[in-house]
Amino acid sequence: MSTANRRRLSIGEAFAPRLIFGETLVELGEAYPRLVVLDADVGASTQTALFRDAYPNRFYQIGIAEANMVGIAAGLSTQGWIPFVSTFAIFLTKRAGDQVRNTIAYPRANVKLNGAYGGLPTGRAGASHSSIEDIAVMRAVPHMPVIVPADPVETRAAVEAVMRIPGPVYLRTVRCPVPVIFGEHEPFEFGKAKLIHDGDDAVIISTGMMTPKALQAAGKLGKQYGIRTAVIHMGTVKPLDIEAVIAASERYGHILTVENHSVIGGLGDAVAAAVSEHAPCRVTKLGFQDVFLESGDDEALFSRYGMNVDQIVERVREIAQGKGRRE
Amino acid sequence: MEQQRTIQKRVRYLEEKAKEVRVEIVKMIHEAQSGHPGGSLSAADIMTALYFDILRIDPNKPEWPDRDRFVLSKGHACPVWYACLALKGFFPIETLKTLRKFESKLQGHPIAGKAEGIDASVGSLGIGFSQAVGMAIEAKMTRSKYMVYTVLGDGETNEGIVWEAAASAHKYHLDNLVAVLDRNNLQNDGIAEQIMPMEPLDEKFKAFNWHVIQINGHNMADVVDALMKARDYSGKPVIIIANTVKGKGVSYMENVRGWHGKPPNDEQLAIALEDLKGSLK
Repeated sequence: MSTANRRRLSIGEAFAPRLIFGETLVELGEAYPRLVVLDADVGASTQTALFRDAYPNRFYQIGIAEANMVGIAAGLSTQGWIPFVSTFAIFLTKRAGDQVRNTIAYPRANVKLNGAYGGLPTGRAGASHSSIEDIAVMRAVPHMPVIVPADPVETRAAVEAVMRIPGPVYLRTVRCPVPVIFGEHEPFEFGKAKLIHDGDDAVIISTGMMTPKALQAAGKLGKQYGIRTAVIHMGTVKPLDIEAVIAASERYGHILTVENHSVIGGLGDAVAAAVSEHAPCRVTKLGFQDVFLESGDDEALFSRYGMNVDQIVERVREIAQGKGRRE
Repeated sequence: MEQQRTIQKRVRYLEEKAKEVRVEIVKMIHEAQSGHPGGSLSAADIMTALYFDILRIDPNKPEWPDRDRFVLSKGHACPVWYACLALKGFFPIETLKTLRKFESKLQGHPIAGKAEGIDASVGSLGIGFSQAVGMAIEAKMTRSKYMVYTVLGDGETNEGIVWEAAASAHKYHLDNLVAVLDRNNLQNDGIAEQIMPMEPLDEKFKAFNWHVIQINGHNMADVVDALMKARDYSGKPVIIIANTVKGKGVSYMENVRGWHGKPPNDEQLAIALEDLKGSLK
């Protein structure tokens, strides 16, 4: 695969994962001659337009018809093509939910799904476009792994990894710029948790774009409050790295989960289910508390829902001080 | 003769009003630095005719049970809806400055009950049309006299649910339902007929047992005439296929794909307002 001209991703710089997704698809187009890309009239937004321009004969513009797009992808996959289907997560997982379940997941079709504009950052589009339950829906579908990269480096590595995983995969990407936290050659390990910051006093388990925020929070906690906080990143929400969750439960006794998603059915619930079965401890879930989101600037909205860096810091402080515990 | 003069007067009034609507559209999207100008401007004449001539509504009583219902199924074009509602008096014009901002009633895609005059949540394409069908069925069921109007985008007809709704409107004999198709020929990624060829749209709707009227969606006399004929038509649901220009009224936006979902900057706003002032005469 030709990577000589790829964009440099330096730690601290921010890039929109959707752009990295589009650029990586173009690179993969060369390595995988059977890769085809489908979009539903949002290619200019999800950045599959880059693949369209590079490989016009392997790009299918299906129009504003998500259900049909997924069905067509399933059909293409039966002939050995590897479709990467891309549209906004909200429409891919709900409007086309039936087709994803029955034509992709059930027969284990080798179709890759990119749920773009995951979670809160939608460019002020509001509730109709804010996908807050796609991880829950996709987790519940048998045969469907769920990958939620943290930063631009992991997004690139995950898009590459998705091609190597046989069968369906749900990849969730976000619209807004996210700071690079990983070194450029950091690999993506499917199904593996990653300890990205160690500490003895408290633990955060996070996924997606909330991991860079959790990392920032851990830095502040150490500097300002002397609270040494571990951050475990779950780039794969399903299958969950249960061993890592058990270890965190046994070491800390109270886990804070942080995700750009509803607290119902997402990472928090996955972690809570794992500990309740294998190593009971308290789990505090930070995410959208069963609400529809609204229009507004991303950061103002994250603050509204208690999910900015300082609010993460506060939750960890409460946990470290043993507050809110029911004895 | 007298009647003709009255109609001419109405048309002239609406043409002036449509210019005000367009000015508010570009101003609010500029202020928000976010939103969809192209499809708002293409629908501006249709929406103005509806809100300032056709719809039986009372801004002082947004919940009036006998009001005509309106659903903007192409929900991303809500700046034109918000502009009409504000100019009609449903809420203050100043509210338009809050479009897409934190805690605004003017969400990026409209939510029922958030702003006065919005009866249906829209934004996921196709769902507005089904809701309009549901409202029209309700009117039939309760023998209510109100009409239901909805405006669809042409790209929106890519969605299968549009055709499911069209079939059900025929089944339930919804001659109290009027749809307007804003045929501006552009969608997010390019030229509509290249993205997904939907022609012949008139024949398709006829085959679904709809009555079809085709007009130039920027000729106000035609727009008003078609809406009146559609309202009075009995026996079938009616769709008005309105041929329009995406970005209509702003020179650099007209028929340019890039203006589907992009706000103008300060300089571009000034040109837009100059264009619209020129057309104001």
